[in-house]
Amino acid sequence: MGEFLRVLTDNASLFRDGFINTVKLFLIAGVGSLVLGTLLGAMRVSPIPALRAFGATYVNLIRNTPLTLVFAFLVFAVPKLDVNIDYFPSACIALTVYTSAFICEVVRSGVNTVATGQAEAARALGMTFAQVLTLIVLPQALRAMVPPLMSVLIAMLKNTTIAAGFSVLEAGAIPAYMAERGEPQFAVLTWIVIGFLILILPLVVLQRFLERKWAVAR
Amino acid sequence: MSSSSVLYDLPGPKARLRNRILGVVSIAAIVALIAFVVYKFDQTGQFEARKWEQFQYVAVQREILSGLLATLKAAAVATVLALLFGAVFASARLSDRWLFRTPATFVVELFRAIPLLILIFFGYYVPLQYGWPIDKFWALVIGLTLYNGSVLAEIFRAGINAVPYGQSEGAYAVGLRKNQVLRLILLPQAFRAMLPAIVSQLVVLLKDTALGFIITYPELLFAGKQIGGRLAFGLPYVPTYLVIAAIYISICGLLSVLAWWLQKRLTRLPRSAAKPVPATQTDGGTGVTPL
Repeated sequence: MGEFLRVLTDNASLFRDGFINTVKLFLIAGVGSLVLGTLLGAMRVSPIPALRAFGATYVNLIRNTPLTLVFAFLVFAVPKLDVNIDYFPSACIALTVYTSAFICEVVRSGVNTVATGQAEAARALGMTFAQVLTLIVLPQALRAMVPPLMSVLIAMLKNTTIAAGFSVLEAGAIPAYMAERGEPQFAVLTWIVIGFLILILPLVVLQRFLERKWAVAR
Repeated sequence: MSSSSVLYDLPGPKARLRNRILGVVSIAAIVALIAFVVYKFDQTGQFEARKWEQFQYVAVQREILSGLLATLKAAAVATVLALLFGAVFASARLSDRWLFRTPATFVVELFRAIPLLILIFFGYYVPLQYGWPIDKFWALVIGLTLYNGSVLAEIFRAGINAVPYGQSEGAYAVGLRKNQVLRLILLPQAFRAMLPAIVSQLVVLLKDTALGFIITYPELLFAGKQIGGRLAFGLPYVPTYLVIAAIYISICGLLSVLAWWLQKRLTRLPRSAAKPVPATQTDGGTGVTPL
């Protein structure tokens, strides 16, 4: 047990830097993919066929591509197009591009859970598009979206570890450093698992809480 | 759209005109985006014959093929093991005895919360350090099995629970035993409900074999790195990754279509009382599953 604790205290700065970068990646890519995903979702439910087709193509291509390939493309192929991006921003872009496809799907299916009759009734009362959207559709759709949205974000948090394979020092990169220092890997990996559980647990609790609070009876 | 959606009413003459203008503008924007990418590709010489030449060579084609086979092999072995793992842990979680239920719940919840790459590292770094290295193939397969097995256990459990209670109640009433109820009544109905979700999860598993790249298991992505990194052909990373992406997209796409088709077909036949288990694919990839 003493040995187990020593692994953490002796390498505290590495663990700290790693997890700080993990949280940074999570926050940047989280905001990025929420914005891009919502935009794509809006395209997929728009009345304009070209935008719907674009959204659908994006989602189907990205969803069937491994995230590791998206990373590899950004890190190895994109510099060959004379576009030079540092490793950390590359990781943020890769996570954003990948995650927004899933957020797009959540947005789309969230909007589709609202019964057409709801909007029809609102229009019959003479509400404008903005009113229908903000007073009728979104309040219901957002409630349906929140639990799956949290799932996507939790998955994205776990996916940040893949950046370790592409020269970003985050939590997933710690084992490689520790292998050089000759620290017992089982202890190292267990500490990383504990770190992730600490990060994920509040998100899960929040998800369950919102799910219960915002449950819609349909 | 032919009928009105939740968001938009059926367009009148004004809205039709506006939609048409917006349509033209957005087509122009999409075309401009594609043109920019093509221009950038052309400017940096991605269309040069030299960069694509390699794909004509039998040796390179073999290289891609062996990478693909390594990917499929890892996926196939992990699928079988994950299905077994899922079946064992789902039945333990559904057990009436807490002695089985509690540890199974703990294991399933824990493995779903750990990033898959970290699970793979457990199989890779730990034995390596004690001078007893296991094959990278097995490190990858063990990680995939533990993670996807836990997810499948949850799918199985949800499938069994989706069968209405009256079904097993009825079965007990006619004198069937617990084992018989599960085998004859619950499983056949649950199987239909969960099949699409299972196939979707297997797509996730197949995609996740690409994590083997990080522990240098020679799978498809690894083959791509080798082929792309050849200086003699002008470092053709862009063409190579496009080819590799096309392979992944077509295989996973076909499986996704299968899942969609199964879903459509199975919901059309109302012979199961169970509602379909939602596919986890929509909740993300690379081991993305609702916790």
